[in-house]
Amino acid sequence: MSVFAWMAWTWPTAIFFAGIALLLLFMTVLEILRPSIERRGFLPIATSRGDRLFISLLSAAYIHLAWLGLADLPLWYGSILALAWAGVVMRWA
Amino acid sequence: MHKPTNNGAWLLVVPVVLLVAFNAILPLMAVVNYSVQDIFGPGQAYWVGTEWYREVLGDKRLHEALWRQFLFSGMVLLIEIPLGVLIALAMPRKGWAVSLVLVVLALPLLIPWNVIGTIWIIFTRPDIGLMGYSLNSLGIAFDHTASPLDAWITLMLMEVWHWTPLVVLLAYAGLKAIPEAYYQAAAIDGASAWKVFRYIQLPKMRGVLTIAVLLRFMDSFLIYAEPFVLTGGGPGNATTFPSIYLVKVALGQFDLGPAGAFSVIYFLIVLLFSWLFYQVLQNVGRGGAR
Repeated sequence: MSVFAWMAWTWPTAIFFAGIALLLLFMTVLEILRPSIERRGFLPIATSRGDRLFISLLSAAYIHLAWLGLADLPLWYGSILALAWAGVVMRWA
Repeated sequence: MHKPTNNGAWLLVVPVVLLVAFNAILPLMAVVNYSVQDIFGPGQAYWVGTEWYREVLGDKRLHEALWRQFLFSGMVLLIEIPLGVLIALAMPRKGWAVSLVLVVLALPLLIPWNVIGTIWIIFTRPDIGLMGYSLNSLGIAFDHTASPLDAWITLMLMEVWHWTPLVVLLAYAGLKAIPEAYYQAAAIDGASAWKVFRYIQLPKMRGVLTIAVLLRFMDSFLIYAEPFVLTGGGPGNATTFPSIYLVKVALGQFDLGPAGAFSVIYFLIVLLFSWLFYQVLQNVGRGGAR
């Protein structure tokens, strides 16, 4: 039994966390190569690239929760909405 | 912007990162894993997808516990932050009295949380407790085990007594860090005490008050030991907060899936509000610039 068996891993959650880890790694490399400059977009605060990623991820979590709690449609639609919102935040926030 | 050229210093952060990874990130990952499975025991877990999330999002008892928690944390912030600042402003700045006041104020912070609950159980007992007996002698029927309002009053008093000193200590540290020249300039301009507070002390306390608000929000939102010992979530469900409900679900009923799903939601709520408080406190009065 693996030392991480207590964590009850599944493939979908492993892929999810690997995706987050890769995203953070990619953003770190990008920050080193092309440091971001804080800017003001449609949000009332100045944000860096990392801030916008954080807002996108947090929003995605809430969009999915709202979709699960309020809508009867498949969750994929919520995922598409979260992705679109993340695009808006990363580009115009 | 000047960037450090020696990135070797980042290695110094590695122990902290490893520590956080083991005591926070790995358990959080495990909770997410539990939240999408039906767990019957070690090695007996079955994938259920988002089923627990749907169940938890529709659970009325959890909704009630959450609203109760928002009310409690809101009251904690509304009472403890202004009270802490007021006490800090009234504290002596020099002399032997400073040490004495600081030690007395810090005493509640040194008491273990479950002992705090026991102290207040005894203190408010109508038969032998100083507060409970005094109130009942005055003709006020006070019993935190029978009346939801009395339970809330006791809980709030306990919370304010326990944690306001932390806000006081932080605010006092902020006040002590203000150079004397600011006060001298204000005196030359003939500024009133209110103007000194509004335009010198309050802005200078921004950093410590941000920490105070974040700590008090997160701690009060995750409160468990004190209400569990004091009221056990009662009378009825009057003081059942999400943490108490979660422990009942996770350890009492061994429903790790729904408990995991709600833990993730609980975490996201704390994360969102902490971020919002941080942004507001950092940006208020600065025209939105960070």
